[in-house]
Amino acid sequence: MIKQLSVFLENNPGRLAQLTRALGDGGINMRALMVADTAEYGVVRILCDEPDRAVAVLEEAGFGVSVSQVIAVEVPDRPGGLADVLESLDAEGLNVEYAYCFVEPKGTAAVDIFRVDDPARAQQALEAIGVQVVSATGLYAPDVASA
Amino acid sequence: MFQPEYEAMERQRLEGLQLERLKTALIRVYENVPMYRTKYDEAGFDPASLQSLADLASVPFTIKDDMRACYPYGMFAVPMKDIVRLHASSGTTGQVTVVGYTAGDIDRWADLMARTFAAAGAGPEDIVQIAYGYGLFTGGLGAHYGSERLGCSTIPISGGNTKRQVQVMKDFGVTVLAATPSYALLMGETALEMGIDIRDLPLKAGVFGAEPWSENMRLQLEDVLGVKAIDIYGLSEVLGPGVASECENQHGLHVNEDHFIVEIVDPATLQPVPDGETGEVVFTTITKEGIPVIRYRTRDISRIIPGECSCGRTFRRIERISGRTDDMLIIRGVNVFPSQIEQVLTGIPGVAPHYQVVLTKRGSLDHVEVHVEVGADFAFDEIKALERLQKRVKAEIVSALAISIDVKLVEPKSIQRSEGKAKRVVDLRSEGSK
Repeated sequence: MIKQLSVFLENNPGRLAQLTRALGDGGINMRALMVADTAEYGVVRILCDEPDRAVAVLEEAGFGVSVSQVIAVEVPDRPGGLADVLESLDAEGLNVEYAYCFVEPKGTAAVDIFRVDDPARAQQALEAIGVQVVSATGLYAPDVASA
Repeated sequence: MFQPEYEAMERQRLEGLQLERLKTALIRVYENVPMYRTKYDEAGFDPASLQSLADLASVPFTIKDDMRACYPYGMFAVPMKDIVRLHASSGTTGQVTVVGYTAGDIDRWADLMARTFAAAGAGPEDIVQIAYGYGLFTGGLGAHYGSERLGCSTIPISGGNTKRQVQVMKDFGVTVLAATPSYALLMGETALEMGIDIRDLPLKAGVFGAEPWSENMRLQLEDVLGVKAIDIYGLSEVLGPGVASECENQHGLHVNEDHFIVEIVDPATLQPVPDGETGEVVFTTITKEGIPVIRYRTRDISRIIPGECSCGRTFRRIERISGRTDDMLIIRGVNVFPSQIEQVLTGIPGVAPHYQVVLTKRGSLDHVEVHVEVGADFAFDEIKALERLQKRVKAEIVSALAISIDVKLVEPKSIQRSEGKAKRVVDLRSEGSK
């Protein structure tokens, strides 16, 4: 499982830039960023190399941060690859709250991030069908919340 | 109970006593205080015409400005030779006002404060530390005389020098503390720094007042000090401490109705409201000699708690002061107190009790948007959780205020903190419609 940071932001001009600048100044490297927005506010979800330190950096800079556990899987690079993954979760009755993906610069596979209600069970279900669940060490080196 | 013959007096007899004392008080102020005479003559009110307590509703009000205009001695109803004590209001809201007491006033005041200490569970065997300020402020001496009247061993330590306060509390075996709630909390913290846990000391009760405090503060004080924390209420214009205080039930403050008539009025229409409804607290002193006040508008917000108290006192109770009319908003004709919003927010996990009310015009209608901080510890990863939170906050505020509002969730710690009075309201209604 991977530690994901969620930052609550009001929809104000420049706020996202301030957020990323704070991380940059703190020497935090992001691997993925996804914004869920409503008319008035948004939640910015971040995967980064040192999540624990990133929380401290952001709180110091005045942002509200919460940490949640997500699972990352390498989705096979073929038609129906993602569908297989989702169906196996569905078969287990696991609900996907949201998902987003990015491409590993080294590899050929896409990495999909899932927020599910029971990440431990989801991981089992995925491993049962041979899907590779990426650990935090696999995603980035130090400051690990290992799977 | 210190004076059960009054504190538990049968209601009908009590009201008879009030009426008789009120009639005398009205005539006394009319004859001795030019401010009242002028005011009543202009309003066409004849003090001798009052026949019932209900008639009080037609008597003109007295306000803080009347007292300021009479500075320093214009409100006194007796010659200076009969005044034995002068105090002055703290002047937090403007010019200082001076209050004078006759020997009889001081005597009655001691009785009233003795009632307060007795209601907190104190008796002659108790050792009472008075950490209210002694001086022009009524708190110190007011509490002091009451504690002595009850027969307690009274320590006139006054405020300040917190470490010495803690040392005295420990060495003297203090059992009852009288202080402002914020100072009592500071004493608790200071004690811990000194390696003393006040909960291990004999201290059993705290008589706290002179500033607004919340139910959460009570829990905190009772936890840190290991005491029963009693809320007391008073204001120098009416007497000082001793106007009203809680009993052991800690559910509302019994007003000493044999000396003060309490009314709750709608701050907009100034009409009395039925028991149970919130409004501005108005006091009439019916035994004060030095400086009687008739229908004095306190600008404090409370309500009468309907029903009887199981402690046996027949005096009606006012609820803990929830705010000041100075903060009152009139939105679409409805009176709204920002403190009502605060009360709602403290009951909802996931939001901080920091908020701002932004008022604008939409067409001809007032529009209210309440900005509420998401709690720093709220798990706001999922939008639907935030939406649920927003809906809940909105529903609860709407239900408390009985007007429709919008809620905007804002970032944790984004609403400006203030060391003094927080800026809770941004009124943009005069800046045209949006």
